[in-house]
Amino acid sequence: MIRECTMIQESKLSPERAVLREVVRAGDYWLREIKAGQTLRMLDLEGNQAADTLFYSAADPSERYSAVDTIREQGNVYLTVGSELRSNRNRVMLEITADTCGRHDTLGGACATESNTVRYALEKRCMHACRDSWMLAIAEHPELGLTKRDITHNINFFMNVPVTEQGGLTFADGISAPGKYVEMLARMDVIVLISNCPQLNNPCNAYNPTPIELLVWD
Amino acid sequence: MKTCLYTYTVPGGSHWSLRLRRGLCLKLTDLEGDANLGMLFYNPEDLLERYNAPDTLKCQHTFKLTAGHCLYSDMGRIFCSIIQDDLGWHETVCGNSHADTVAQRWGMRDYQTDRNQWHQNGNDSFLVELAKYGLNGRDMAANVNWFSKVAADEKGDMHLVANHSKPGNSVTLRFEMDTLVIMHTCPHPLNRSESYPRKSVKVEIFVADPVAEDDFCKSSCEENQRGFANNHLYYLGQEVRA
Repeated sequence: MIRECTMIQESKLSPERAVLREVVRAGDYWLREIKAGQTLRMLDLEGNQAADTLFYSAADPSERYSAVDTIREQGNVYLTVGSELRSNRNRVMLEITADTCGRHDTLGGACATESNTVRYALEKRCMHACRDSWMLAIAEHPELGLTKRDITHNINFFMNVPVTEQGGLTFADGISAPGKYVEMLARMDVIVLISNCPQLNNPCNAYNPTPIELLVWD
Repeated sequence: MKTCLYTYTVPGGSHWSLRLRRGLCLKLTDLEGDANLGMLFYNPEDLLERYNAPDTLKCQHTFKLTAGHCLYSDMGRIFCSIIQDDLGWHETVCGNSHADTVAQRWGMRDYQTDRNQWHQNGNDSFLVELAKYGLNGRDMAANVNWFSKVAADEKGDMHLVANHSKPGNSVTLRFEMDTLVIMHTCPHPLNRSESYPRKSVKVEIFVADPVAEDDFCKSSCEENQRGFANNHLYYLGQEVRA
């Protein structure tokens, strides 16, 4: 049923021609600048991995990915081929150009030690979480001028969070699988900040965090 | 709830902010029908702690906000609980109207001609109020749009439901933390009315009844019990105001 309303579009880009290929281990962050005109592919190596992603304008990081502007302007809560990823100034930052997964979430946000206490158990406070990865990223990259106020509402690539017509929202089993990927064309110079999700408490990454690979083409 | 301590009617197309102490209730009433009230929340003791819509939605497994739900900060604490609601659905995923879209739909914001009947937009309204506390666009998060229902179908297509809020409909928030509340009464960003919708909202402040052990919001799910436990830890050592 879910697959009927998803969009599958394969890429014509050859991995041999990529200018960058990097594997991000589970629980690590990845931070890179992608230039306008370059294409970024996120590859789910082992399946059902969630890649929690934020984008910033490289020219002015106070302009950043905005989930609300993105879904409002496209009139749909899911991201897939054709989705324009918009900034908090309602400008297009990137566009999804290929997707073999079918849809991606931008409602569920990122896991945090604090929200884990609410969602699962107070005893789970000290488990590693996406927002902690981002805190380390901004601490290790002071040259970007990013602080906690810039760590906001992200995209969860490969994650399946269905919304019902009655207003329900669930974290469902992933629809991703080994080898599935999503590709996006940068329409401005962007800083990409990914947390390769370490969550062990829900099915968003099948209770088993695994590596992802990132490929970039000129 | 006891006697109303304070009341103010926010005119349509306007913005306001105030600090509310824990133990107070804020009742919002749509006076004319089809109002929209955008709202953001911050911890005045640490402005980096702010309303987090994704955390709020996922921990309560909901896409909409209504009675029984709690509004969470990014730090796992509860700013406020929805203790009363006539509408059954308020949305928190569509953000705000921007100056360019408002100008396209209803004409430019023009104080010279329109004075305070100008076409104010939600985004700029938040920016103005946030600046009063040293905050700016970097501090803006996904906001609540009270009185507005945005539903999604099976494919994920979203639409603003017309005539959702009727004259006299209200929603009441009970504050579980001291909170800086930022609000505007600008049109919902998906509103396509022929003329600029200018809808006023009555705001009333009451003293809340103490939160009982079997409180509706606290006991509506285990997640909220843990949220209240996090609030308890935050105020540990301080006496809870009656």
